[in-house]
Amino acid sequence: MNAMKSNLQRVLEAGAFAVTAECGPPRSADADVVIRKGLLLKKFVDAVNVTDNQTAIVRMSSIAAAAILKSVGVEPVFQMVCRDRNRIALQSDLLGASALGLRNMLCLSGDHQKFGNQAQGKNVFDIDSMQLLRTVTDMTEKGRFIGDEFVMDAPPVIFAGAAENPFADPFEYRAARLEKKIESGAKFIQTQCVFNLEKFATWMKEVRKRGLHKRVHILAGVTPLKSAGMARYMRDKVAGMDVPDAVIKRMEPFKGPEARAEGIKICVETIQKLRKMEGVAGVHIMAIEWEEAVPEIVEKAGLLPRP
Amino acid sequence: MIVGERKPFGEIQGLLGRYNNILLVGCGTCVKVCFTGGDKEVAVLASQLRLAGAKGKKKPVIEEMTIERQCEIEFVDEVAKQFKGHDVIMSMACGAGVQMLAERFPDTPVLPAVNTTFLGLLQKQGHFVENCQGCGTCVLGTFGGICPVSRCAKSLFNGPCGGSQGGKCEIGGDVPCAWQQIIDRLAKLKQLDNLKAHVPPKNWSTARHGGPRKLTREDNIL
Repeated sequence: MNAMKSNLQRVLEAGAFAVTAECGPPRSADADVVIRKGLLLKKFVDAVNVTDNQTAIVRMSSIAAAAILKSVGVEPVFQMVCRDRNRIALQSDLLGASALGLRNMLCLSGDHQKFGNQAQGKNVFDIDSMQLLRTVTDMTEKGRFIGDEFVMDAPPVIFAGAAENPFADPFEYRAARLEKKIESGAKFIQTQCVFNLEKFATWMKEVRKRGLHKRVHILAGVTPLKSAGMARYMRDKVAGMDVPDAVIKRMEPFKGPEARAEGIKICVETIQKLRKMEGVAGVHIMAIEWEEAVPEIVEKAGLLPRP
Repeated sequence: MIVGERKPFGEIQGLLGRYNNILLVGCGTCVKVCFTGGDKEVAVLASQLRLAGAKGKKKPVIEEMTIERQCEIEFVDEVAKQFKGHDVIMSMACGAGVQMLAERFPDTPVLPAVNTTFLGLLQKQGHFVENCQGCGTCVLGTFGGICPVSRCAKSLFNGPCGGSQGGKCEIGGDVPCAWQQIIDRLAKLKQLDNLKAHVPPKNWSTARHGGPRKLTREDNIL
């Protein structure tokens, strides 16, 4: 029997400071890669996000990889982007995911396909991430599909969240957009990686002013840097990323393992500052192709044992 | 207007391949305005083909003509008057014009010399931008006269994605973020409230997704 309430939902509703991490599925059909990454994270986080063909590069399906994680006792958050599937496929996959016992999902627009290895492909964007959120809400709470009178007898059970990028523009509109996501049914939010704490704090202030932190669980995104080069790459090449010069300068004197250690140190310090911020309900650690760093970060940030 | 871009000369040569007796037909409407397939461009392409042909063994015979509108049967009838059993007709109009000719001349191959690119406007000399996808259900009234369907790379209806930075779209190439433009303009018009309501999934059946579209105007039928 599949549990109705996810571990992530339980942790957040109990008011504990939540920790999630990320697992990028392999560019192959190798289930062991998913299992290995999952087991590495298992005791250190409350749930693991499974990305959906991130940066538009073909990878193992997020729902399939999430089901593999679940089979080894790791709780997944499957991500779903609007780029690759129309409303028929999205709703159908939501039913399938719930039937597989996957309880957490994250609704996203999806990186444009021009970034990936299928740049000549056709995108879908039949519905946007806000409409996807509303769709999940209507399916779970009313048992209804988009524009259909039919009511299903066994609706899916899904704890749905959304992403928000406090560093994207128009900055002034970002909190209003978050409010719209909450109204569309987002129960939790995972943000873009926080390197610019000052800007994040300004955004959080607006979030609190609107009382949004009381209506949704906000998990701040963090990413450990491996090198100054990675920091510069993220600043210059990754859409919607804000990496201040001070962070790059701090990484610059270090090379190899020392740079990685410094990256972890920055990440831990960021988590500690985020934890003190009113309205931040947890952290989402995106250690890109560096899942091994997560246990150390969680431990050093004093977030063990997990509830 | 419908904006088009002439195909590379090599591709045109490839398409014409074995044909020797060619009727090259321009169009005096959209593709003339965007300097792609009007009388001048017909003359240029004809000269290019003749020059290239002069180097070969068999010199092509190329006849040029430009009609007012290739998408209207009355104008296309003018082509019929000049058509003398050419091996091939090459159209320099948009895809609609090419197909109109194909319909009118069922026994003659009709080839395109132009790639029809989009419905758009001339932003400044030499710069054309897409502004409409003909989705069949115009929402410009809600979004301050800026189209999220054609100008947002993801056709989003409920606000910008996380890839909007400094007024630019994440796809790069200096493409402006349509949502930044929508928000700026609505703020100026004091209509930001337009964006508060949840915009439900769009009815795409009026767009191409409902199958090839047809419009019947009873009041226009003779």
